[in-house]
Amino acid sequence: MESRIDATGKHYKTLNQEIISGMNGGTTKLILDNVNGQRYIGDALEGNQEIIIHGVPGNDLAVFMNGLHITVYGNIQDGGANTMNEGTLVVHGSAGDTLGYGMRGGEIYIRDDVGYRAGIHMKEYGDDRPIIVIGGGAGNFLGEYMAGGLIILLNLEGRENCLGNYTGSGMHGGAIYVRGDIEKQRKKIKARIVPVQNAEAEELNHYIGRFSKYFDRNPGPVRPEEYFKIVGTGARPYKKLYVGV
Amino acid sequence: MAISLKLPEFLVVRDKERCIECQVCVNQCANEAHIWDQDLEQVVSNDVACVNCHRCVVYCPTRALRIEEWKQDFKKNANWDGISIKQTYLQAESGGTLLIGMGNDKAYPIYWDHLLLNASQVTNPSIDPLREPIELRTYLGRKPDLLKNPSAFREELPPQLQLEVPVMFSAMSFGSVSLNTHRSLAAAASELGIYWNAGEGGLHEDLFSYSPKTIVQVASGRFGINASMLKRAGGIEIKIGQGAKPGIGGHLPGEKVEEDVSRTRRIPYGSDAISPAPHHDIYSIEDLRQLIYSLKEATAYERVVGVKVAAVHNIAAIASGIARAGADIIVLDGFRGGTGAAPLRIRDNVGLPAEFALAAVDQRLREEGIRNEVSLVIAGGIRNSADIIKAIALGADAIYIGTAALIALGCHMCQKCYTGKCNWGIATQQPDLVRRVNPKIGRERLVNLVRSWEHEMKEMLGGMGINAIESLRGNRLMLRGVGLNAKELEILGIKAAGE
Repeated sequence: MESRIDATGKHYKTLNQEIISGMNGGTTKLILDNVNGQRYIGDALEGNQEIIIHGVPGNDLAVFMNGLHITVYGNIQDGGANTMNEGTLVVHGSAGDTLGYGMRGGEIYIRDDVGYRAGIHMKEYGDDRPIIVIGGGAGNFLGEYMAGGLIILLNLEGRENCLGNYTGSGMHGGAIYVRGDIEKQRKKIKARIVPVQNAEAEELNHYIGRFSKYFDRNPGPVRPEEYFKIVGTGARPYKKLYVGV
Repeated sequence: MAISLKLPEFLVVRDKERCIECQVCVNQCANEAHIWDQDLEQVVSNDVACVNCHRCVVYCPTRALRIEEWKQDFKKNANWDGISIKQTYLQAESGGTLLIGMGNDKAYPIYWDHLLLNASQVTNPSIDPLREPIELRTYLGRKPDLLKNPSAFREELPPQLQLEVPVMFSAMSFGSVSLNTHRSLAAAASELGIYWNAGEGGLHEDLFSYSPKTIVQVASGRFGINASMLKRAGGIEIKIGQGAKPGIGGHLPGEKVEEDVSRTRRIPYGSDAISPAPHHDIYSIEDLRQLIYSLKEATAYERVVGVKVAAVHNIAAIASGIARAGADIIVLDGFRGGTGAAPLRIRDNVGLPAEFALAAVDQRLREEGIRNEVSLVIAGGIRNSADIIKAIALGADAIYIGTAALIALGCHMCQKCYTGKCNWGIATQQPDLVRRVNPKIGRERLVNLVRSWEHEMKEMLGGMGINAIESLRGNRLMLRGVGLNAKELEILGIKAAGE
């Protein structure tokens, strides 16, 4: 069952209550019009309904979300998919800072750029593995403290500088794949850089394939030499730093 | 290779006449301070490995063992004492930041011990707790400014936590402590009608049945936080900081990240578990408000959302901001708070005593007319029922105990929690050690502790002629100070003994 809500002038509390009522009433596809900065849309929602957002949602879109498929025709602000457990977020635009902070599962597809600290402290266990695919570039601290999961940065515009400073700082799990030239950006990366093996192309193609379907932009099948991979420097970054009294 | 300048800290004294070479000490010591020598056919000591946890002393069947300080004195020096000299050697040899466990052990003044309580004599009668009921039940949460309908018998209140006794078990993460420790805390909290805080490491699935009495912690690492956990928990606490290490995040050394911890936290097995220093989505008081409301929205405004901060300078202004940001509970953690691992210099030099933080915050919130908007919970080295009564008189609604709870379970305060070799089975993940905490016995010991305090508190309250804890809260007239200067008396808001 499909329904629409006009978000014009509504406080986030009211809007979110209407969304929940809609879901409880059996709506499986909800379209929100004129969204303008309302926060916490999708907060802790569980299930597999679809929400389509026209406008600019506020901070913490899909925070704690556990399922659901959200599509945004516009940019999103800070804290998108904050501590998200499961579900899909598709953004036809850019994201603000701390996208996917503490993300535990699910998938995010951002057509353009992300701000600071995207993917900070992403985690994984077993089959629960979060994925972020970014069409453009990232700001500082991409993948900081990463403990698991996968980030793919496509840099479709072919910029020389698609990464910010301190990329991968404190990484101890997971992987970041970057499509682009390593040489000019080596100094910005605080984790270990390794080449991409042919065998990894299949998984990358799978998620890039989904990106292409959502945004109608295709970087073409993965050629390992076009990408470099960033992983953690080791599981025990602090072992040498401390001595017991 | 350079010789280490490190001498043992402790001496294992073995009484040869009593020792029957049964090797219980060899089996019990995870630090391998006792070794069976095949050739000599006797147990020998490796003093440098001893941490003075008393496991062997307690378990030796003939009481043949005693642990003493390794008494190698330096020339008397009031500035460079032995401890300072030895720490310098240690850093010169390792290049490392000094790491330690448990709370600040330095001889800063303990202000609880400078506060004295009142009792009734003549002018109003004292109450005998054995004869008349004395109410200790406490509700934590936001209280409304006005009754909406004064003539109605029931008023609808924002969500509250109901505590039968104003005591809760403080946050200790699964990882820093063992699962059996968590089992003991959860079971005891349920039996006592209070709450326990699962800490920042997430809640193990074996403990889901205790969820209604569990406070889950949303810390900067966001371990174990998901929608169903938030909806299922009894309460939620945002951890901004802790008294043992204000301003920095948590570390759990990789040695303590075994299978269960790895699964509960969703991090790789054997990997150091790092909680970043700030929440990277909280850079201002407005951001804190954002996180508080994201949690309230997630739980349909049906759960209490508290914020825990370390007691630091200007804590009164900080607390006012936190109350206005929408928190239902503010937890103030004083500098005596414990930890599984913290840099020594931060533990011993950063933060303030809980007593001052409490007095300053309670006073400021009252002056601003917003004291009813939050409940105040104090933590950080509360040792006994008298400390609790004094804390409540200074303005606390309830207190958290961490160290005291672990001591009830058998902790001997050796401060080596970060090694993961706790011989008492508390601060470890090694299965053979974790087994040493029997959750049934652990629960019983914790229940005993709190019930004994419960009766002592009733005696003290009854002695003051008060029969409900509400009448003591913030009642600073029930306190007098001894050995305090004028400024300290002023900040604590109490009179001097004799006044």
